[in-house]
Parts: sequence; C-alpha cells; structure tokens
Amino acid sequence: MSKITTKNLNLWYGSFHALKDVNLSFYEKKITAIIGPSGCGKSTLLRVFNRMNDLVEGVKVEGDVLIDNEPICGTGVCDLVKLRKKVGMVFQRPNPFPLSVYENIVFGLRVHDLAVKKDYDKIVYESLNSVLLWDDLKDRLRKSALSLSLEQKQRLCIARTIAVKPDIVLMDEPCSALDPQATARIEELMRELKNSYTIVIVTHNMQQAARVSEDTGFMLLGELIEFARTEDIFTRPQDKRTEDYITGRYG
Amino acid sequence: MGGVKTTTKQKIAFSVLFLCTLIVVLPVLFVLWAILKGGAPAINWQFLSTMPREGMREGGIYPAIIGTIYLVSLSVLFSLPIGLFAAIYLNEYAKDNLLTRLIRLAIVNLSGVSSVVYGLFGLALFVNFLKFGVSILSGALTLAIMNLPVIIIASTEALASVPFSFREVSLSLGASRWQTVRYSVLPNAIPGILTGAILSLARAAGETAPILFTVAAFYLPKLPKSIFDQAMALPYHLYIISTQIPNIKTEVRYGTALVLIGIVFSMNIFAVVIRAKFRKKKKW
Ligand SMILES: Nc1ncnc2c1ncn2[C@@H]1O[C@H](COP(=O)(O)OP(=O)(O)OP(=O)(O)O)[C@@H](O)[C@H]1O
Ligand SMILES: [Mg+2]
Repeated sequence: MSKITTKNLNLWYGSFHALKDVNLSFYEKKITAIIGPSGCGKSTLLRVFNRMNDLVEGVKVEGDVLIDNEPICGTGVCDLVKLRKKVGMVFQRPNPFPLSVYENIVFGLRVHDLAVKKDYDKIVYESLNSVLLWDDLKDRLRKSALSLSLEQKQRLCIARTIAVKPDIVLMDEPCSALDPQATARIEELMRELKNSYTIVIVTHNMQQAARVSEDTGFMLLGELIEFARTEDIFTRPQDKRTEDYITGRYG
Repeated sequence: MGGVKTTTKQKIAFSVLFLCTLIVVLPVLFVLWAILKGGAPAINWQFLSTMPREGMREGGIYPAIIGTIYLVSLSVLFSLPIGLFAAIYLNEYAKDNLLTRLIRLAIVNLSGVSSVVYGLFGLALFVNFLKFGVSILSGALTLAIMNLPVIIIASTEALASVPFSFREVSLSLGASRWQTVRYSVLPNAIPGILTGAILSLARAAGETAPILFTVAAFYLPKLPKSIFDQAMALPYHLYIISTQIPNIKTEVRYGTALVLIGIVFSMNIFAVVIRAKFRKKKKW
C-alpha cells in the first residue's frame, strides 16, 4: 500500500526551483532509496515529508503530499507536531543532545507527553534493544551520549527517533559519517526496522541503495528522473540519464 | 627579503605589541596596588558592619554596602528576565527583516550610551513621571535599563552559539518551537547568559551616574525599609567622601574604594569561573 504520495510537487528556495513536478509513491514497510548527484534535491525532497523545509525562510511549496492518503497539511495551518511524531528523521551527522543516553531517548516522550514516567524505562529498553544497543549501553544509561562512538551515536539517534513510535523514518545519508563496518551494521539494522517502519533513505552510495532498498528513485537537478524497483533501476534503467549516473558516467 | 631582516622585524613587532600590553596593564596594576595599600588598614569588621559616624569621617560603610547589594539584586530581577526573553525572541523567533535589524542596531548602540544619560532618563521616567520618587526602585530600574542591552547582546550570542542541529533534531521529533527553545537550546546557553548577566551586574555595582539622581542619599542614618526608600550606595558614597567631606582620613576613602573594587572584582572572577567550567564541559 502506498504510504507517501506526492502529486506535482514543486518547491522553490526564493527564486531557485529546487523540486520540479515530482510525482511518486513510497510503499509501506519498505525501504525506498533516493539517489542522485550532490545538489539534486534529495534532502529537500526528504524534508518535504516532515516539513523541515519550513525552517528555511522564503520556501514555497506547491502540489500535494499525501501520507496514508491524507494531505499532510491540508489547506491552511497544519499540525506539525502530529506530523513529525508520525514522520521521524535521522540526520547525516550523528547528533545526540548533550544529555545522557536515557534523556536522549525520552526527549520525544516528554515532548509529546506520550507515556507516564514509569513506562519510560520500558520504552528506553525497547528502543535501545531494537537498535541493538541495549547490551552495550545498559550500564551507561546515565552517561553522556557525547561519550559514545560515532556508530553508537547514530544508533542512539535512530533509537531516539523510534521511541516516539513513528510510522515513517526518513534517513538523510545516515551512514556517511561512519566507516564501512559500521555502515554494514546500520544497513543490517535498517532491514530489521523495515518490518515495523516505512523507511526512506537518501544516499550518495549506490551500493548501499542496491543493498538495502526495494525501490529506488533517481533525481537530477530537482527532477525525479526515474522511480522503480531497485533491481530494475540498477539492471535495466529506462532513462539514459539514470544509466549514465549508475554506470558512473555522470558527475 | 633577507632572513635576518625578517627576524629583526618580527622582534620589533613583538616588542611593540608587548609594550602596548604593558601600557594597558600597568596603570591598572598600579591603581589596584595603590588602593590595596591605602585601603587595607581600614578594612575590619567594624568598617564593614557599622553606620558612618561623625559626618562620615568615622565608623563604617555598612549602609552603602547594603544599598549597593539591594540595587544590584533588584535590578537583575528586572533586567535578566526581560533581557533573556528579548534575546530569545530576537534569536529564535524574529524573522531577519529590516525591523529586526534596526532593533539589533539600536541595542548595540544603546549599550554604548554613557551612563549619565541613563541616569537622566531614570530621573525623568521613574522618579518624576511614574512618581516612584528618589528610591531604590527607581535606581534599580534605571540600572536594569542600562544593563538590558548588555544582557540582550550576551544572551543572543549565547543562544546563537548553540548548534543549529539541536533545534533541528528537537523540531524533527515533534517538539514545538517553544519546547525546542526551552529544552534543547536554553539549557546549553545558560552559562553564557549567566556570564553576561554577572558581568553587566558588576558594571552596575560600580556606576555612579545612573544612581546619582534616582536613588542615592548623601547620608542616611538608617537602613532602607522598602524599595520606595532612598539608599546609600558604594560608588556614590565614595564620590561624596572624596569630594564633599574635608579632612577625612585617606584610609577611609581607600578602604571604601577597596570594598567597591572587591565586590566588582569577585563578580568578574565568578563570571570567568562559570565560563571556564562550561568550556571544559562543552564538547560539541
Ligand atoms: N536553504 C536553502 N536555500 C537556498 N537554496 C538551497 C537551500 N537548501 C538547499 N538549497 C539548494 O537546493 C538544491 C538542493 O539541495 P539539497 O540539499 O536538497 O541537495 P542534495 O541532493 O541533498 O545534495 P547533497 O547530496 O549534497 O546533500 C541545491 O542546489 C542547494 O544549493
Ligand atoms: Mg543532502
């Protein structure tokens, strides 16, 4: 079933046309990868889904974005809090708060008043467990999250995101700060998580897209050039530009 | 360019720079030394804890110390919350347009306005127009107004130094803007804000002009009972005994100066300690 759909999505940063007539459908409980050269609008597209672009002054969005077949922000004001609870985000740089491991994870719970205090421990356990950090960190819950390794930090950020029980997890180059082994383990984790979440991952790394995703979209200069099953994209691209990119003939 | 010449040039440059530093530091050290030497004999418990006597030639400076403490603490009650909220608005909420840029410019300029101007402003607004009279309240409000720009600037800088990613993550987790400010920005800016506030208070403690027309009493034989009373204050007291009272022992004057400098100095040290502590802890 289609989880996220866009119809004639256009976005401008001031006068710069960053997304051009994007039409796509991301499917539920699958991993969808978005690839494309630097500056083609991958992050911009991702940030449309949780409206993080709203932070940028002078942004203009046109067209429809549907999640579960409902416009994310119908006409007029929209409930960003509700939207962002449903659509979580993991960033490129692991960015835990300068708080303890425990406090990082319950941050979202406090913000949404989601659970009573006595359930916090349970949710911390579940969240850390699902990112395979529990055994490493169970004795260090009160230690600063800044003392963790990069990979642990990124896992913690994923745990922090899923602690509020989103439906969709957006990941913007989540492994680009990590070494190959850590990258492989995070990819493993993504495959695990897709049983519960719809995942959209932006990546520069075509092997990564090929390894983890079911569907792949290729973007170029703000346009979605091709969107298909990952193996089709990589073995039988329909568009010349996609082929040039995946064979490395494009910048 | 020959090698020898370069090193000579470098030596000359260093010497000039060092000389300039000396020119800045030496007078300060000399003043401190003179005050310490002249004032130390006067300092004892009686000097700090009793009323002035014999037309202020004898006795202590207790009411002036108390007055200064009242003034400084009351003024921070006004200036810190208002300054902090103004800074939060400017840094976290306001759009970057002509109006906010003008406001920022005005704040920077206000912080450079001479303190006697604030004194006259306080006289006009608080003493006369709002009819608070010559009182601790008027003086504290005047000091607060004088400190506002400094506190706003320091707080804005402290807020701006918190990485943008903290706000981004917090918002992406569904926190409202206010929650983001409250839980992920402010806690990391507090040390910088406190440092700025303390430094501005230290300045307020030492200023004479703003309290001259708004609160200061020449001589009061009793302590103030409410914020609508006049009060003595250290800088003004020092000014009085140095210029208006003939044949006063120099050690009383130096002693008063020493107490004033001691208060200002320890506040500054306190601010530096907070900042140093925070620097060590900060890792992002
Ligand atoms: N805040 C902004 N203001 C103006 N232009 C922007 C802004 N953010 C991004 N852009 C522009 O929009 C285009 C798309 O940016 P985006 O960050 O989405 O690219 P990307 O595909 O994620 O690139 P990368 O792979 O380098 O992360 C770029 O040309 C960029 O310069
Ligand atoms: Mg990007």
